[in-house]
Amino acid sequence: MSGADLWHLLFGKLSADALPFYSAIAATAAGVVVCGALGAALLITWLGRWRYLWREWFTSLDHKKIGIMYVVLSLVMLARAVVEACMMRMQQAVAFDSAGFLPPDHFAQLFTTHGTIMIFFMAMPFLTGLINFVMPLQIGARDVSFPMMNSVSLGLTTAGAGLMMVSLVLGKFSTGGWSGYPPYTELGFNPGVGPDYWIWAVTLSSLGSTLTGINFAVTIYKRRAPGMTLFRMPLFCWTALCASILMIFAMPPLTVATALLACDRYLGMHFFTNSLGGNMMNFANLFWLFGHPEVYILILPPFGVWSEVIANFSAKYLYGYRSLVYATMAIAVLSFTVWVHHFFTMGQSADVNAAFGIATMLIGIPTGVKIYDWMLTLFRGRVRFTVPMLYALAFLLLFPLGGLTGILLANPAVDYQVHNTLFLVAHFHNMLIPGLLFGMLAGYHYWFPKAFGFRLDEVWGRIAFALWVAGFVLAFMPLYALGLMAMPRRTDAFFEAAYLPYTLVAAFGALLILAALVSLCVQVWVSVRRRRETEVFAGDPWNGRTLEWATSSPPPDYNFAVLPQVEGRDAFWLMKQDGRAYRTPDRYEDIEVPRNSAMGPVVGMAGAAAGFALVWHIGWLAIIGVLTMGGALIARSFVRHTTRTIAADEVRRIEARWRDAVAASPGVTRDDETTPANRGHAAMEVA
Amino acid sequence: MNAQGRNYPGINLDHEPQTHAEAEEKVFGFWVFLMSDLVLFALLFATYATMTGATAGGPSGGDVFELKSTMIETGLLLASSFTFGMASLEIKYGGKGRLFAWLAVTLLFGALFLGFEWRDFATMIAQGAPPSRSGFLSAFFVLVGTHGLHVTAGCVWIVVMMAQIAVFGTARDVKIRMLRLGLFWHFLDIVWIAIFSVVYLPGLVR
Repeated sequence: MSGADLWHLLFGKLSADALPFYSAIAATAAGVVVCGALGAALLITWLGRWRYLWREWFTSLDHKKIGIMYVVLSLVMLARAVVEACMMRMQQAVAFDSAGFLPPDHFAQLFTTHGTIMIFFMAMPFLTGLINFVMPLQIGARDVSFPMMNSVSLGLTTAGAGLMMVSLVLGKFSTGGWSGYPPYTELGFNPGVGPDYWIWAVTLSSLGSTLTGINFAVTIYKRRAPGMTLFRMPLFCWTALCASILMIFAMPPLTVATALLACDRYLGMHFFTNSLGGNMMNFANLFWLFGHPEVYILILPPFGVWSEVIANFSAKYLYGYRSLVYATMAIAVLSFTVWVHHFFTMGQSADVNAAFGIATMLIGIPTGVKIYDWMLTLFRGRVRFTVPMLYALAFLLLFPLGGLTGILLANPAVDYQVHNTLFLVAHFHNMLIPGLLFGMLAGYHYWFPKAFGFRLDEVWGRIAFALWVAGFVLAFMPLYALGLMAMPRRTDAFFEAAYLPYTLVAAFGALLILAALVSLCVQVWVSVRRRRETEVFAGDPWNGRTLEWATSSPPPDYNFAVLPQVEGRDAFWLMKQDGRAYRTPDRYEDIEVPRNSAMGPVVGMAGAAAGFALVWHIGWLAIIGVLTMGGALIARSFVRHTTRTIAADEVRRIEARWRDAVAASPGVTRDDETTPANRGHAAMEVA
Repeated sequence: MNAQGRNYPGINLDHEPQTHAEAEEKVFGFWVFLMSDLVLFALLFATYATMTGATAGGPSGGDVFELKSTMIETGLLLASSFTFGMASLEIKYGGKGRLFAWLAVTLLFGALFLGFEWRDFATMIAQGAPPSRSGFLSAFFVLVGTHGLHVTAGCVWIVVMMAQIAVFGTARDVKIRMLRLGLFWHFLDIVWIAIFSVVYLPGLVR
């Protein structure tokens, strides 16, 4: 065996060429990733916190900690994807009649990673994290149905995110866009490792999301507290349920699409090739059979957040609760009937397009119902302009605008004119930034005190809010105009002078968004430093209405010492009205909670290793990775002590400490809830 | 609802309410998983259906499918479902030795099925019909092969369950796992029936 053969056996296609020294920008990005990872590792070592992280976080099966880890992952990935967005906007600002600073191949990688990260590694983990943290508390449960599977889902998602980060250092990423269309991702067009990175990163995350969907749906069906009927659930739980059902049905098409593409690339098959019977239309159908429901997986949980935030900060019952539930379900069902609108121009008959266009427009109806319900919840409410509420108001103004352009695009005749232009880019960013991202940020501000026991800084929250909104408007409104002027999406350079003013404004908007992201970081820093002033251990800083506020902040491992008895909608509000809140139970019982397990990190690391090995054709490592995943699963099935018991006395101690804190905190009125007077114990006021 | 009313339907577990409560949640979760898995198969079927004509001048189904082998495979798989049913009954009546025996027979049938399938695949490849020959053959191999992978996973699962029965006896968690394995095994039968009807029969009729 020659040296080259041995190298190939051990390291596959890896070689010094994989390092990004061909471009200063790519090398800098790789340097930031390597230095960031090393810096984080060194910092943890210096602080001596590895053991703490492993025991308290990585191996924890507590849904609250898993939820927080998901959100942390999504914020890290958000930072990278926003930087990429800024680079693309800068490129389009300077690339008039010139090549700009990014070569076309690099630009194509950027829009691919930006989209892939924003969807799979920012939006999905963010909403999964919020649902994980909030939903079991809201339905009065002690954990999700399958805590170990929850940890495995996080491990798989993190593995996918890890592959995305590694792709910055070793090799070039796919240039096929976040939807990975062949032929751009086929062997004939791109024999490099880029599409393989995309395939395995997305596959790992989609497997994680399938398991998450199963977990959440079963939890909501089987773990609700006594009296918590489906129609007494907070709306966030309804949206979580519908999004979970969508995940169960919509993630398999993505898995099939990526798996078949992998068959083409690795085994020389012909599913989507241009020769020997391959048909790329099958990929478009499979991908969007996932992709369109995915849009509603992304948007429904934020709709839940809006429902909670608007009702809470208006101090009212949610207006039209039932209509909101039915609208949510209608959207979930309709989301499976519209996928063809993603490729109106790809050759099916006008009749088919018309059917899908009408179905698409129908979705505007239930969504409109929701907007009116939220507006009527505000009507004559006791509205407070806290940061989550500000995001909600921005959403109510900006989101319908995106919806209206969506209705335009739903008309196939209009779509023919503007498809593949920046009009489309403006449309879906207009849905996903005010809809999804603002919703997630509102949820983050709203539930942060529940997770960490202190409130986030209001001033920096408002600064970040103003920058997000201004940045969004300046970055994306010009794109509508550019789209109507026929500027194609994914263009790295242009020669039409009329575009230039708009691309300059958009670039400025992108910088404001970057500033918004920095403000969020400053906010965390400031808030942590001032945490004693904003401490809300008593647990109810916003005069809450739903059950998550009926616990201390942060909640104990077991959530509820005694499972709450639910008497109606807005269960905690009712308890406060009836004087049943904070009542000491007659007796405490031992509580079983899941014991820590290394399964999640082990499966995640093995999955990442297998993915990396498949990208670089390192056979032995791929086999070891896959066998480790399977072996860990089998080994785990022989472990029988999967729970630990918290003794009744211990529960009593924890609960007494909390009740003392509640008793010691003065009741705070709604007017004072953003002042240091707020200790997490709401005064009873007339609604 | 009385305790009787909450009993998990299907094979008898035991009289402990906790077993039934646990089965309720875990088996329901597994049904949901199967639903998701079925979507995966549905899409592979759809892909196959769109690609039956995509032979690119290569062999079509009628050229390479073999009825005898397919019949034997079908018989083996259906028989294995029956023997698994017998194993499920043994959980109720508690004969550990016979439970073991029925599982072993099921495993044998599953392994034989895989052996015949493997031989079919090898024959097809030898006849110049490998998956890389045409879109049609790609779709065929991936659809039938995915089912085969599932059967392989099921066989591994049976071995694991035999080990668990040996170590733990028919404890509560073992019984609930057997319930889920049963669902999985019978589910694979149903998928095979669809493969037989959608892939092999039309391929041979033509």
